[in-house]
Amino acid sequence: MSTVWPELEPLLGRVQKPARYIGCEDGARIPEHGPGRVSWLLLYPDTYEVGLPNQGLQILYELLNERPDAAAERSYAPWTDLEELLREHGVPLFSLETHRPAGEFDVLAFNLSAELVYTNLLNCVDLAGVPVRSADRGDHHPLVMAGGHCTYNPEPIADFVDAVVLGDGEEVVGEINDVLVAAKSEGAPRAEVLDRLTGVDGVYVPARYEATYEAGRLVATAPVAASVPDVVEKRTVADLADWPYPSTQLVPLTEVVHDRLNVEVFRGCTRGCRFCQAGMITRPVRERPADQVRTMVQEGLRRTGYDEVALTSLSTADFSGIESVVADTVNDPTSCGQVSVSLPSLRVDAFTVGIAAEVQKARRTGLTFAPEAGTWRMRQIINKLIREEDLYAAVESAYSQGWRRMKLYFLIGLPSETDEDTLGIAELARNCVAIGRRHHKAPSVTVSVGGFVPKAFTPFQWFGQNTVDELLRKVHLLRDALRHERGVQLKWHDPRASLIEGLMSRGDRRLGPVIESVWRAGGTFQEWSEHFDDQRWLEAMASHGLSVDEYVHRHRTEDETLPWDHLSAGLHKDFLWQDWRDALAEVGLEDCRWTPCYDCGACTGYGIEHIVASATPPAGGSQGTGQDLARGAEVPVVLSARPPSVGVG
Amino acid sequence: MKVRLRFAKQGKVRFTSHRDVARVWERALRRAELPVAYTQGFTPRPRLHFGLALPTGAESLAEYLDVDLDLGDDAADGFDPATLPDRLTSCLPGGITVVAAAIVDTGVMSLQQAVTSCTWHLEVGGTTGSQLAAVAARALAADEIVITRERKSKQVTDDLRPYLLALSVVGESPDGALLEAEVGTQPRSVRPSELLAALDPVLTERRVTRIHQWMTLDGVRCEPLSPGGPVASSSAHAEVRAS
Repeated sequence: MSTVWPELEPLLGRVQKPARYIGCEDGARIPEHGPGRVSWLLLYPDTYEVGLPNQGLQILYELLNERPDAAAERSYAPWTDLEELLREHGVPLFSLETHRPAGEFDVLAFNLSAELVYTNLLNCVDLAGVPVRSADRGDHHPLVMAGGHCTYNPEPIADFVDAVVLGDGEEVVGEINDVLVAAKSEGAPRAEVLDRLTGVDGVYVPARYEATYEAGRLVATAPVAASVPDVVEKRTVADLADWPYPSTQLVPLTEVVHDRLNVEVFRGCTRGCRFCQAGMITRPVRERPADQVRTMVQEGLRRTGYDEVALTSLSTADFSGIESVVADTVNDPTSCGQVSVSLPSLRVDAFTVGIAAEVQKARRTGLTFAPEAGTWRMRQIINKLIREEDLYAAVESAYSQGWRRMKLYFLIGLPSETDEDTLGIAELARNCVAIGRRHHKAPSVTVSVGGFVPKAFTPFQWFGQNTVDELLRKVHLLRDALRHERGVQLKWHDPRASLIEGLMSRGDRRLGPVIESVWRAGGTFQEWSEHFDDQRWLEAMASHGLSVDEYVHRHRTEDETLPWDHLSAGLHKDFLWQDWRDALAEVGLEDCRWTPCYDCGACTGYGIEHIVASATPPAGGSQGTGQDLARGAEVPVVLSARPPSVGVG
Repeated sequence: MKVRLRFAKQGKVRFTSHRDVARVWERALRRAELPVAYTQGFTPRPRLHFGLALPTGAESLAEYLDVDLDLGDDAADGFDPATLPDRLTSCLPGGITVVAAAIVDTGVMSLQQAVTSCTWHLEVGGTTGSQLAAVAARALAADEIVITRERKSKQVTDDLRPYLLALSVVGESPDGALLEAEVGTQPRSVRPSELLAALDPVLTERRVTRIHQWMTLDGVRCEPLSPGGPVASSSAHAEVRAS
């Protein structure tokens, strides 16, 4: 088997953080390659530190390596210093396990979690020695595939990827492998393999669809052959209990983000926050059985030696029985040394603070809440139904129990936002500090604001994003309002990065040449502020005769064809449109786990259901939805028994 | 109870940093289910005491680590440090191997203070054995070897000559030679790359291996944990029992 290690080894002494490139993690598999096996290189197109913890990639890595007919290795984007040396010495991109050249794999499978990594995808494909455009690849080249949240609108990268997977990967990865094993043994040509992949549910082959434009606007994206489905539906695994993965989480030798054991406690979220793409596209809610969570935590801690475990999901306090799982972990007598539990994505209420108090007995440094908007009106519009009382009760509870620092996350540039709404953020922060002063001399509140970027398959997909100038104006409003406020720090995300993210998130195929131009001009690592350059993007848009305003800032209409209309996240388009109208009417929508079904399509379309262990809302309420919490125990879970129907209305 | 461990770091894992290795050790000790003592206070940390940092990319046959254990009296009586090398190696990444362990006095002088010199093997390119031997002889004959190096983002000038305790060519390859150097570590250590650059800028550094660390006890050079070395039974700062 070939390896670039002898050529790579002398270069590693000359780069920053060479441990990024050696592999050797506990949990890594050294697979055997052979003619009867499809070889997969799973790539995360950002640095090792960012990519290694990605759970999706690790799940597929284990599932593929368990198969007798597959072999999977991993790779991450080399930092610019190593890239330069690789190009100078003619060394290709490589896998971490055996340092095998990327171009020798059958599949390069990318995880796309953020739009700004698209130029890194091109760079990795190029470093593998593979043509960046799908149309230029031959039979001997690997297939380039992608999965992850960004692939719900893959149109901007349609020219570069051979196949895209929508939704949960656990089942479909095996089905794709079946197709590829057969194709490999028959020596099927590339075009034939792509045709066969169109027959796998959840797999979208962009080259088998054609986009049509009229008067400069997209009017249709339609299959080019009768055998190709009109609409590609996402994949959803029915029960997380069947998939206790990753079972041997990778333990890196060098520091990475989220450097801890991660156990996914549920997938999906029906809180219904209208800005949140993750919540919309991962429905329905599928909880992992609490006993399986306990086993995965105990075994994982023992095997990895980590002293921290994160219980991950989109809103972990909503997990049925969260209190007992947390208590069992913290108080486990068999664990060696002290174990801490981290709960990302906490709800804003006093119940949540109670759980936090359970897990942070020793170290009460900071707590993070995400009210997302500054006024009740705005929070009804985005359907994040946190009342001021909920926030203040949570903050009171936290300060009184020893926390001194709060971090509050907000979005600016939301639909119909007024300056009063923006300034409401300053008001909330001010009040939180005032509550803190009752308990401490110098309480601190960090306000972190990000510009809202509308995403595909959300009710806000029709909304025209705020301009950079407008977002900056709002940031400055807040800065001025908080200038003399002791105890409040204001941080904000670069609105220019939000602009480019917005361009990619709702763009169409005409953006392919733009991405390629930016990449050719050296625009990699655009997620990194030291490398991000909005001018490159704006120049590329202009040189290809495209209008940023048309793609990003314009409000879209109901009858307009959206670039992702031939794809489906299970959500009926008329449900999303109605929810958009409700948003503008300032009408909130309760969580459908504990109220009747709204027929969004996510359950009924696939004949599956929510899997929730408890038929009652979690104690302490559902984020102040206005549901009568005392009455919560009487509200049964009602699941629609409607027959499956087509996803897009 | 304090346990002193000697370990080797070889192969791909040599590209991990000193801090990386510290984290690897914290996890390994938990996996081995050893009752490591924790610091008191706001953020309890396991009480591990590392020796001199090894440059990222260098290999070593002689890394040391002191671990404070929180054993009950009964457990302490039956505790056999000879079981530690195998038990810990199985919990460490491939390439990190524990080779010796012994109980040391809890008041032992820290490794950072106690170690006075290190012996290195440097594979050097761009030279021959005889050329390198001449370079070594010239260095040993010099009164001073002045280098400029960066410390705390300031340029400082140091004389390396007092640090240079021994220097000899011990091997030759078709395109280079193997240099053995013993270099002092007090008051601060000299990196092998700094030494090589000071000897002759045309020399290129290939693989570097730390093969020994030395302490000085009553004027006698000894390893911080050597079964055959001198054992100062009454000396408060270095009571080393054979493992």
